Amino acid sequence: MGKEKKKVDDRFKKFGTVTFTSITKINDFIDKLEQGKIMGTKCKECGLVFFPPRADCYQCFKSDMEWFEVTGKGKLISFSKLEFAPVGFGDDLPYAIALLDYGDYKVFGRIAGDVPEDEVEVGMEMVTVSNTLPSGQLNYVFQKA
Amino acid sequence: MGKVGIIGVGQSAFVRGYPGSIRELAFEGFKEGMQDAQITTKDIDASVICSAPEYDKQRSPAGVFAEYFGLTPQPTFYVETLCSSSSMGVRLAYSLIKAGLHDVIAVVGFQKMSEISSAESQERMGRGADIQWESPFGTMMPAYYAMYARAHMAKYGTTSDDLALIRVKAATYGQINEKAVYRKAVTFEMFSDPESPMSNPVASPLRVGDCCANADGSSCVIVANEEKAKALCKKPVWILGLGAASTAVNMAGRDMFTGLTVGEQAGEQAYKMAGVTAKDIDVAEVHDCFTIAEMMAYENLGFAKPGEGKELIKGKETYKEGSIPVNVDGGLLSKGHPIGATGGSQVRTIVLQLRGEAGEMQVKDPEIGLVHNIGGVGLYGNVTILGR
Ligand SMILES: [Zn+2]
Repeated sequence: MGKEKKKVDDRFKKFGTVTFTSITKINDFIDKLEQGKIMGTKCKECGLVFFPPRADCYQCFKSDMEWFEVTGKGKLISFSKLEFAPVGFGDDLPYAIALLDYGDYKVFGRIAGDVPEDEVEVGMEMVTVSNTLPSGQLNYVFQKA
Repeated sequence: MGKVGIIGVGQSAFVRGYPGSIRELAFEGFKEGMQDAQITTKDIDASVICSAPEYDKQRSPAGVFAEYFGLTPQPTFYVETLCSSSSMGVRLAYSLIKAGLHDVIAVVGFQKMSEISSAESQERMGRGADIQWESPFGTMMPAYYAMYARAHMAKYGTTSDDLALIRVKAATYGQINEKAVYRKAVTFEMFSDPESPMSNPVASPLRVGDCCANADGSSCVIVANEEKAKALCKKPVWILGLGAASTAVNMAGRDMFTGLTVGEQAGEQAYKMAGVTAKDIDVAEVHDCFTIAEMMAYENLGFAKPGEGKELIKGKETYKEGSIPVNVDGGLLSKGHPIGATGGSQVRTIVLQLRGEAGEMQVKDPEIGLVHNIGGVGLYGNVTILGR
């Protein structure tokens, strides 16, 4: 990496079962995810915190971010188990999408496949962990805390 | 500055598998709107075409339609805010007329969803969410709204049975709406009958019966300035208030999961502009793409306090004879939801109600009506208040 300058940095295409984005300024997110870390960004100028991470701050219009790691427990805001899936996601069924509240930010993702549905309830504490899909693609999932 | 009125409304039948091209589909709604207004294409000085673009092969349909409608060389352009596209079209027509640029504008919404499979359609709708951070997890509209349903249930004790009652109401009126795609009855019992498709889970806690029917369709709203409206129309319906709002596309950027902020904010703006409150509304069309969406609309629009939407439907207050009739044309659930045509169809229903021309669906002597139209998963919201 870095040697062939002309090469398109399309690391983001590794994100999720099916990806719709490949080129973004926060491609380093994927390297961190490969290392098992889920990272957000924080504006170095004004301190605003972003998850999902972004390259640009709308508060101070600076584009100078530092990474922070999503750690600790989040509270489950809601979830839904899908019985049907969009094109390209059928092999993943059934799976549940969900949202965790970390206070300063929220994380949208999937509930880990090995968490039984009847053990999931709104308000419970969960943690976000990186996950490699059978295809080799990367995402993150929520485990019971 | 004068008022802005609606002088004609039209809608195609909402159907599965429309046997024609998009320009022909759009023409059906347009023709009915023009015939309703009893005007000619010479009276129209601009057109606004509304849809969600991913369903068509045709790029930039506005120019194609303007030619097919006989509306050249007048200016035409395209407006898109997903499912609320044609309400946004009406808002733009209002502002163009208020600005004095145009006198009479045709707002035509359409969608031909049947050319792609249901799964492809879900994938396209899913891409109305955040494609970078959420779609890669395999999201789709029912699952997003299901998350709102789950949060509403957890906070307020709303049940799947409460939601089923909303579908039963929609089907009551879908049966008497000749333009509805789903004309059959839906009973409460079907939701607990494993033999009935209505009971099949889609995305927990939502079931098939909680979801609206995809359809092909078109709608038309002819908007005019006060002078033209009075000259051309015996019973103009006036636009009294308009509201519109947006929010974070990703769930992670939002703070409320028991209601839609855009519905609440657009409602507040429209009430303020019209100088009315929720109590003044005699008949309403709300965006019931899913049963939970109608429940949240009751609360976001102030028809019920937060968490008390279920009491409205349990008491049948949103039926035709109730204190606040809602979606007495079958709503998106039974009438059908051809994305870009939906807002215009909702406006049509309220205009017919205010003119006393809604036939079997007619509410008793309404004076003020409201249209609540949401785009995406509460991404865009438009509320329009109309009066006689
Ligand atoms: Zn900043």
